[in-house]
Amino acid sequence: MARYHLQTPFSEEAIRQLRVGDIVHFDGTLFGIRDLTQIYMFDQHHEPPVSLKGMPCIHTAPSLKKVDGKWVPICVGTTTSYRMDRFTPPLIENYGVRAIIGKGGLYEKSLEAMKKFGAVYLAIVGGAASLETQQIVEVEQVYWEHLHPEALYQFRVKDFGPLTVAMDSHGNNLYSEVKAKAMARLPEIYQKLGVA
Amino acid sequence: MGIFDYKIVEEAAKQLYIRALCDLPPDVREAIKRAAARETQPTAKEVFKAMLAAIDIADEKKTLICQDTGLPLYMLKIGSGFHWDGAEIKDRIYEGAKRATVEFPFRSSATDYLTRVNSQTSVGRGLPVLYVDFLKDADYLEMLMIPKGSGSENMSTLKMFVPADGINALKKFVLDSVIAAGANPCPPGIIGVGMGGTADLVMRLAKEAIARPVGQRNPDPAVAKMEQELEDAINATGSGPMGLGGDVSTLAVHIETAHTHITLNPVAVNTQCWPARRARARVYPDGRVEYGY
Repeated sequence: MARYHLQTPFSEEAIRQLRVGDIVHFDGTLFGIRDLTQIYMFDQHHEPPVSLKGMPCIHTAPSLKKVDGKWVPICVGTTTSYRMDRFTPPLIENYGVRAIIGKGGLYEKSLEAMKKFGAVYLAIVGGAASLETQQIVEVEQVYWEHLHPEALYQFRVKDFGPLTVAMDSHGNNLYSEVKAKAMARLPEIYQKLGVA
Repeated sequence: MGIFDYKIVEEAAKQLYIRALCDLPPDVREAIKRAAARETQPTAKEVFKAMLAAIDIADEKKTLICQDTGLPLYMLKIGSGFHWDGAEIKDRIYEGAKRATVEFPFRSSATDYLTRVNSQTSVGRGLPVLYVDFLKDADYLEMLMIPKGSGSENMSTLKMFVPADGINALKKFVLDSVIAAGANPCPPGIIGVGMGGTADLVMRLAKEAIARPVGQRNPDPAVAKMEQELEDAINATGSGPMGLGGDVSTLAVHIETAHTHITLNPVAVNTQCWPARRARARVYPDGRVEYGY
C-alpha cells in the first residue's frame, strides 16, 4: 500500500503509477456529476461547457445553498457508482477524465476503458460526507444549474481523501479480488454455519 | 381528556429528523470504534479512520454525517393511558419532516416514482413511512425516527421459501444477500433480518431489526445464537469496510421473528449503512418531550 498526494490535472503517468490498494489524496479541481448530469450529456447530447481533461469526477448530488449569489456547500457526499457505469467509458474516452471517484465500484467495460486510456476508480469512504465537505475549499462553478442537485459542479479541494485505488489502469479491480477471496472461503463458511 | 397541542408532535418530528442526520447514537459510535480497533488490514484501517473523523466533524460543525438524507421513517408507539389523536399525529409528522428539510435546510431525497420530480420536502404520497404500535401501561407517545439511505435500501432482499427448505435456507439466504450486496450498502452496517410472517410483515421485521441499538441481542436465545453465527459468517468473508477488504464486514446481525403460515417460510434482509442513524423522542401528555436514541 503506497501513499500518493497528487495535484490536478492528473497526467497519464501519475495515474499509471497507481495500483489497487494504494491510498490517494489530492489538491485542485474536482468535478461533481450524477445520473442526470450524464443522461443530459450522453443521452441528450449536451457538450460540457468546460474541459474535463485530466480531471477527476465524483459521483455526487451535493446539498448547496446560494449566499449573495455564490454557491456554498451544506453537505457534499458520494453516491453509489454502479448506476452510472454505462457513462464511464465515454467520459474517459471522449473527455479525457482520469479518475472516477465513487463508492461500490464499476463494471468490466469501465475497467477496460481505464486500462486503455489511463484512468482509475478511486473509492471514497461512503457516508463520511461531513469529512468530504470540509475538504471542499470552494464551489467554483455550477454549470447546467437547472439540473441542480444533479448539475455539473466544479469544486476546488484540498487534501481530498483518503481515496483507495479500487480499479487501476492495469486491469486490476480490488472489488473483484475481495469478492473472489470471499467466494473461495464460502464453502468453509457454509460448513461452519451448518448450511452446506 | 387533557388539551394537548399537537404542534409539539410536529416540532418533535422536525427535531428528530435533524438529530438523526447529525448525531449518531452512542452505541453506533462505540461499535465503529471497536471495529476500528480490531481491524488489521491497512486499507480498512484507513477507512475506519475516515469514518471516525466524519463523526467528529459532524459533532463539531453540527452538520450532517452523510448527504443521503434518506426517506423518513417514523416508528410510533402510542401509549394507552392518554387519548392520542392518531390522524392528528400523522399530519403533524408529515409537517415536521417537511419543515426539517426546508428549514435546516438539507436535500430532499423524496421523488415522484414516475416523473422523478423531487418534492423538495422529503415527503409526498405515502411518505413519511409510519409504523404504528401501541403501549400498555404508558401515557406517552414514543417516536423513533430513521432516515433510510438508498445505498443500503437498494440492496434489500426478500424470498418466500417453503417449509421443506428449513431454517438453513434462510440463514444461507442472509449470507448470500450480504455477499451479493458487496460494497454498495456502505458496510460495515447492521444487517436486519426478518423471519416468518407474511411477505410484507417479514420485510417490516427486517426494518424493525435495524432499529435496535447495535448488538442488542434478540431475547430468544435460539435467535440470538443465530445472530452470532451469521455475524461470524459475514465477517469471515473478509469483505471489510466499504467492501475494500478487511476483518469487519458487519457491525451486527439483528433478527426479528413472527409466526408464519403452515406453508410459508419467508426471509427478508434490510441493511442499514455504517452511519446507522436514528433518534428517539418521548412526548408526554403534559407537553414535555424527552430526546434520546
